[in-house]
Amino acid sequence: MDPRLSSRIADATSRAYARAVTTLPPDVEAALNRALAEETDPVARGELENILENISLARKGHIPLCQDTGVPVVYVTLPPTVPFEDELFDAIAAGVRRATIEVPLRPNVVDPVTRHNTGDNVGVGMPAVHVRPGARLSVTVLPKGAGAENMSRIEMLLPSEVEKIPDVVVRCVLEAGARPCPPLVLGVGIGGTFDLAAALAKEALLEPIDTMDSYENAIRDAVNRLGIGPMGLGGVTTALAVKVRRAACHTASLPVAVNVQCWANRHATEFVEVDG
Amino acid sequence: MIDLVTPLGIEVLDLAAGDRVTLSGVVYTARDKAHLMMIREGIPFDPIGAAVYHCGPVIAGDRVVAAGPTTSSRMNRLSGFLLDAGVRALVGKGGMDATVTEQLRGRGVYLAFTGGCAALAAARMRLEGVSFPELGMAEAIWAIRLDHLPLVVGIDSHGSNLFTGVQARARQVAELR
Repeated sequence: MDPRLSSRIADATSRAYARAVTTLPPDVEAALNRALAEETDPVARGELENILENISLARKGHIPLCQDTGVPVVYVTLPPTVPFEDELFDAIAAGVRRATIEVPLRPNVVDPVTRHNTGDNVGVGMPAVHVRPGARLSVTVLPKGAGAENMSRIEMLLPSEVEKIPDVVVRCVLEAGARPCPPLVLGVGIGGTFDLAAALAKEALLEPIDTMDSYENAIRDAVNRLGIGPMGLGGVTTALAVKVRRAACHTASLPVAVNVQCWANRHATEFVEVDG
Repeated sequence: MIDLVTPLGIEVLDLAAGDRVTLSGVVYTARDKAHLMMIREGIPFDPIGAAVYHCGPVIAGDRVVAAGPTTSSRMNRLSGFLLDAGVRALVGKGGMDATVTEQLRGRGVYLAFTGGCAALAAARMRLEGVSFPELGMAEAIWAIRLDHLPLVVGIDSHGSNLFTGVQARARQVAELR
């Protein structure tokens, strides 16, 4: 890979990471404002007011919204003129290392067994990089915090249990309670295989949350009837949004994955000029 | 909104779960390792009327950069000695269990701060000192002066726990589905 391109990809990764951890996407902030407008419980209103003030302070001060700046999950689109090779992964890792120093990010990445912290948010298989073809070269960073990620789940339902899919989501949120920092965004992957369902659930978090189809709305309503509310202190909004992605699956399977995301549904995309 | 200032006294016994308060004055951060260290080596601050904040902050020099709350339930088994020594408030996110609810009875309160609000927290904090710095940035005990941090009484001194009440109602709703 041309070293200039490699350097631009590292720059874009670092910029996307910095923007993701300091500035929430406008649709997420709008959803939090709607949640405040719909809330009457004074405790829940106080929690939402704190969240909105926090978002504003982080944006103005260019400081992280949350001290858990997550682990790097990166989505890349490659145009036909850019070769798919190892240097692409090296460039993205370089961008993560730079963001760790410059933002700064909390060093969160450790060996899974020895628990040794690498100190730079890069490790074996991390950043997690997902590549697909596209018209332009883009780098999207989705920093994933542990509090919400740890509450995620996957179930292999029976093909006869299609009507139980919303129950999987509702039970997941119930068992999580206050721990994942609600109000939540819930990415739901339906179908595919064991691994594909989980990947779809995470990718669903990148979709705009200001529109939902009737199926997504019905699951969100069922979750919100739990009344867990902001920070588990009670209230009308437990889920800001439910986003579903589907894939075809085996006639004998029905994988359902729920990726739980806290109110800080952070992600940012940067584009890279390929020519010149 | 009720304004509380450390060191806290018997005024905390009048608080009820769901009351919104602000907290000012010095608080001490402590996570898992700091609790274990204090059990072994003693409490490095005056515990009478003190508030302990479940938090692993990001500190740069003498500045608090980001200092949102961590999950308090990890300290469920580690907090009794603090209340025995005179601590009046535990501050964190997500609530604590029935054991802590009993330990708080007649003595103190659990105050909930909004999870993820690291920038808001840092804007209302000034660093005053540190104990057990050898535990590292996230685990050391930092003395931090608060200026009206907005909190909710999650567990009061009469056995009322807002979190378990909300969770019990949620479980009933789920069972009716």
